[in-house]
Amino acid sequence: MDHLIVVPVVLPLAASATMLLLKERRRKAKAAISIATVVALLLVSLLLLERVVSQGFAGEPGARAYLLGNWPAPFGIVLVVDWLSALMLVLTSVLGLTSLAYSLARWDRAGPRFHALFLLQLMGLNGAFLTGDLFNLFVFFEVLLAASYGLLLHGSGVVRVKAGLHYVSINVATSLLFLIGAALIYGVTGTLNMADLATRIPSVAGDELALLQSGIAVLGVAFLVKAGMWPLGFWLPGTYAAAVPPVAALFAVLSKVGIYAILRVYLLLFGGDLGWTGNFGEEWLLYGGIATIAFGTVGVLAVRSLSRLAGYSVVISSGTLLAAIGAGEGEVLGGVLFYLVSSTLALSAFYLLLELVERQEVEASLTAVVEPVFDDEYTGLPSAEAQEENEVGVVIPATIALLGGGLMFCSLLLAGMPPLSGFIAKFAIIQGLLGLDTVVTPAIWLLIALLIASGLATLIATSRAGIDLLWTPSAKPLPMLRLAEAVPVGLLLLVCLGLMVFAGPAMRYMERTGASLQDRASYVRAVFSAQRVGEAAP
Amino acid sequence: MEAVLALGIGVLTASGVWLILRPRTFQVIIGLSLISYAVNLFIYAMGRLKVDAPALVGSGTVANPDAYSDPLPQALVLTAIVISFAMTALLLVVLLASRGLTGTDHVDGVEDE
Repeated sequence: MDHLIVVPVVLPLAASATMLLLKERRRKAKAAISIATVVALLLVSLLLLERVVSQGFAGEPGARAYLLGNWPAPFGIVLVVDWLSALMLVLTSVLGLTSLAYSLARWDRAGPRFHALFLLQLMGLNGAFLTGDLFNLFVFFEVLLAASYGLLLHGSGVVRVKAGLHYVSINVATSLLFLIGAALIYGVTGTLNMADLATRIPSVAGDELALLQSGIAVLGVAFLVKAGMWPLGFWLPGTYAAAVPPVAALFAVLSKVGIYAILRVYLLLFGGDLGWTGNFGEEWLLYGGIATIAFGTVGVLAVRSLSRLAGYSVVISSGTLLAAIGAGEGEVLGGVLFYLVSSTLALSAFYLLLELVERQEVEASLTAVVEPVFDDEYTGLPSAEAQEENEVGVVIPATIALLGGGLMFCSLLLAGMPPLSGFIAKFAIIQGLLGLDTVVTPAIWLLIALLIASGLATLIATSRAGIDLLWTPSAKPLPMLRLAEAVPVGLLLLVCLGLMVFAGPAMRYMERTGASLQDRASYVRAVFSAQRVGEAAP
Repeated sequence: MEAVLALGIGVLTASGVWLILRPRTFQVIIGLSLISYAVNLFIYAMGRLKVDAPALVGSGTVANPDAYSDPLPQALVLTAIVISFAMTALLLVVLLASRGLTGTDHVDGVEDE
């Protein structure tokens, strides 16, 4: 067995457990451990990706399973790395690295146990992307949610506690829905292993069918709440706006976990032409996604603060993905995955950037140090001024030019304007949608129109905000830009630029991933043919 | 037995749903706890109800599955109980923080007019 597959889950868990042994004051040690862990995670996920690519393009199956506890496949819990999960692992670790590096400039000092929570969040994300078992997916969802509750409250303050209360309540309720759905599916099929489910679901018939379908529907609602589909996603913009910037930047991938779950579970279990499973729930995704894009577009135009604008951009991005997944499979999926990666990176960069841009305005309100709620909670954030004096950080010249350039870059990415990767992604989706059928249905035309309109709205809103914040003469001193904060943003934008320059190979990977999602047989085979340790290969 | 269990789950869920729609944070937490009890019972019921049937099969014999109850939902319930208990505890902490910071126990942090 290939033990590399389990590293993305075990490594952050061990590192964050080690960190709990260190005193809160030993910040340097903690920062060193977490940066080392995140860099190692990035390397491991790149290695996994490289193996999937080298095996997959050589004609061998790309998916490989890892048997936890060495039990054979349908009985034990499996981790599966395939095209999609390798891609999501790399995306997560890139975001993890940049957000963490950014937070080291100052934000990690705004409250206790930031690094431990951050690594647990990464562990939950990685686990959710790797697991091949429905109940284990629930457990990893809970791990990442529990960490995200802590991270959202990081820095404390009325706004965050209020948003946190709503966020925690909504997600606890959603987790209960997840459990109901998983229990119903188990009750009907007698298994929770996804590969096993994929083989058993087509044979379910009669009375049990209604039960199974309602189970899947309840499960779908749980995923859609996470993904932020209208009308289940009202919590999203406010929550993300309340989080501190590096956390919001990591949360950009959190809503994509819902999308991932839908891609994985929905396509694995119900794609294809197996009777009723063929297009189960497709219209819900399509029309729900269209409504989500419309809601996000109106939201983007209506809000006046950059952080909420970013929140509604997350909503638009979710809506685009959901609608495109619902519209059909085939060619569209490649574009969908390209858009998923590009928009997540752009949103993450946007969250990091907007704090730098808004720094003068926000300084007073959000970063104001509040009284600790509990005695042991607080280690004290040095005030921003005191910190700047003793900080040896390099201050970059031409702040406004850099910030303005970055903001423009992000806006173009989010709006999907040429020549950046956002445009390539949208173009691929639209091309896929037009090629779905010989006759393009009105719903698809509506979706295409909304895709373009939402881009225009994003462009209008971001340029309005940019003019407001950067070009308006102001008596206030220019914001300070530290190297440690500029580099992560630059890195994210550089990855987007890389996606644009190497669009050909990247698109080939995405299309192969899309094809692998419809190739249920090879996923099932990979899981069931996984060798136990100490067992000779047949 | 099925009817009693179904009624129990139904009543717990209904009360829980009513409570989480209330405006006080404490009511919301109690509501979430009640629903989580209902969900735990529900998961348990999904393994089919059996009386006097052990969940573990002895080694060395080929077991007749009819004589045993399904152990998997019981294991799932244990996990679910632990997780929902932890989440309830966390939610209580956030409730206290919110009460301390805003001075009210309304879920929005401000009283209705």
